[in-house]
Amino acid sequence: MVSLSYPDTGALSHSAVATRASGAAHITLEALSKRYPGQAVDALHNIHLQIQRGEIFGIIGRSGAGKSTLIRCLNRLEEPSGGRIVIDGTDISALTSRQLVEWRRSTGMIFQHFNLLSAKTVRQNIELPLRVAGVPAAERARKVDALLALVGLESRQHAWPAQLSGGQKQRVGIARALVHDPELLLCDEATSALDPETTRAILALLMKINQQRHITIVLITHEMDVVHDLCHNVAVIDQGEIIERGPVWQVYSDPQQETTRQLLNPDHQTLPESVASRLSDRRLQPDDRLLLRLRYTGRGAQPDIGALSALIPGEITVIHSAIEWVANKPIGQMLVLLDARHEAQAVTPQLAHIADQLEVSGYVTGY
Amino acid sequence: MSQAIDRLWSALLDTLLMVGVSSALALALGLPMAVLLVVSGRGDLFPNPALNRVLGWMVNLFRSVPFLILMVALIPFTRWIVGTTYGVWAAVVPLTLAATPFFARIAEVSLREVDKGLTEAAQAMGFHRWHIVWHVLLPEARPGIVSGFTITLVTMINASAMAGAIGAGGLGDLAYRYGYQRFDMQVMVTVIVVLVALVTLLQLCGDRLSRRLNHR
Repeated sequence: MVSLSYPDTGALSHSAVATRASGAAHITLEALSKRYPGQAVDALHNIHLQIQRGEIFGIIGRSGAGKSTLIRCLNRLEEPSGGRIVIDGTDISALTSRQLVEWRRSTGMIFQHFNLLSAKTVRQNIELPLRVAGVPAAERARKVDALLALVGLESRQHAWPAQLSGGQKQRVGIARALVHDPELLLCDEATSALDPETTRAILALLMKINQQRHITIVLITHEMDVVHDLCHNVAVIDQGEIIERGPVWQVYSDPQQETTRQLLNPDHQTLPESVASRLSDRRLQPDDRLLLRLRYTGRGAQPDIGALSALIPGEITVIHSAIEWVANKPIGQMLVLLDARHEAQAVTPQLAHIADQLEVSGYVTGY
Repeated sequence: MSQAIDRLWSALLDTLLMVGVSSALALALGLPMAVLLVVSGRGDLFPNPALNRVLGWMVNLFRSVPFLILMVALIPFTRWIVGTTYGVWAAVVPLTLAATPFFARIAEVSLREVDKGLTEAAQAMGFHRWHIVWHVLLPEARPGIVSGFTITLVTMINASAMAGAIGAGGLGDLAYRYGYQRFDMQVMVTVIVVLVALVTLLQLCGDRLSRRLNHR
């Protein structure tokens, strides 16, 4: 038969052991591995990782690289097959299931698809974790009010989740994840279902939470910009292994691994092979053509081909173009080859206003 | 004429009593059964493959026997429970035993349709397993459970007419004795009209309630 057990708040004493010193290791993964039953290879293999208290740590990788498994191991939504997960001095992998329930209340998590309860209002969704933890009504109301204010949803507190936009839903998800004043927030592709503008707003909110509440944030994403805009440190995961790690500026400016370079440089994915194979960062031949990447991020620049050709005489070849219109703003990028006479230093100041971001990808030989 | 109306009225009350009591019992027994069927599955909240198999097997057993045969086969059991095999209360026993697994299966489907992500989010927030059943699975499945209960009620009205035919009373009994045995078309037609009205009304209320509870 089914056995039921009852909450035992005295069962766990990890908070007494916890150290709150900033800069100390908050999470330590030692030889963490995970293999799904019936699979021949590890989904995670021998992961060693340290995440400092108060930092925003990004884990990036392609889909299927194992990043989702990794973050889900951190609160044991996924049971690790081997290794240790030490968070705040507590070995998470050794907790009994009842201790685990208590422990999870000190860790918030937000999800790609928000996972809000459709049968509960915004307010009830945020309040429910406190209710099941037996928090008195007055304190629940106080906490929920404060969190609604933090995420800016006071006016929508009695709405049903189905009546909210994606960004608002994620705000509810964030408020709900913070009800127990966690010291750790896990973000599982938290912005992947949102448009770029909403993504920026949610990232700003996460940054505010990190700064005001000194919460350690671990996030996984396949979106390079998210890591770039938000994280202090980053780990790159590929085929279940961490292949590169370090401060974001370092990994982004000087990636050591080919996989990281490919992740960071979407040109590799969008360039035809004939262009990619002839791309170099210097002019090798007199007739090499300059490859520019024009990025449109919705900050005002218009993808105006006429304006571009008015400024840059000669042939302009569009190699790739992917622009979406979100809320009447162009989002995306365009890759163009300019005529051979143009030098990077000469054209970039001229073109500064033609796109929201302008990058010189290099020179292409014999095109 | 007034005698006929009295007969119709008391037959309607008998039907409502049979269906009401057996459906209420089916709700009380079938819903926990549906929850157990869902949560005892492999890898679910309270994994218990043996219980899951036995329960599933029992539900299938009762669901596969046609009601008329179930009713006859249960006569000794019915006599043991209510002391008689005749009348409204004797019909409640087989009706309940037919309705419970029927409703349990329908409720099970609604419970299974609850997004696994919600269970996972609740686990991540430190919900105990029974919290998840009570605060996540049941409320999220509620619109589907209400629709399923409406279907159960209509099916039970159907079955109660069959029970009537072997002496349980109610609208089925009335239609059988007067309409079939005495070729009284007027009684037959009246019973049909009352049944159609009853089913339509129930379906309407059930649909309304389900819609009101659905915030998806």
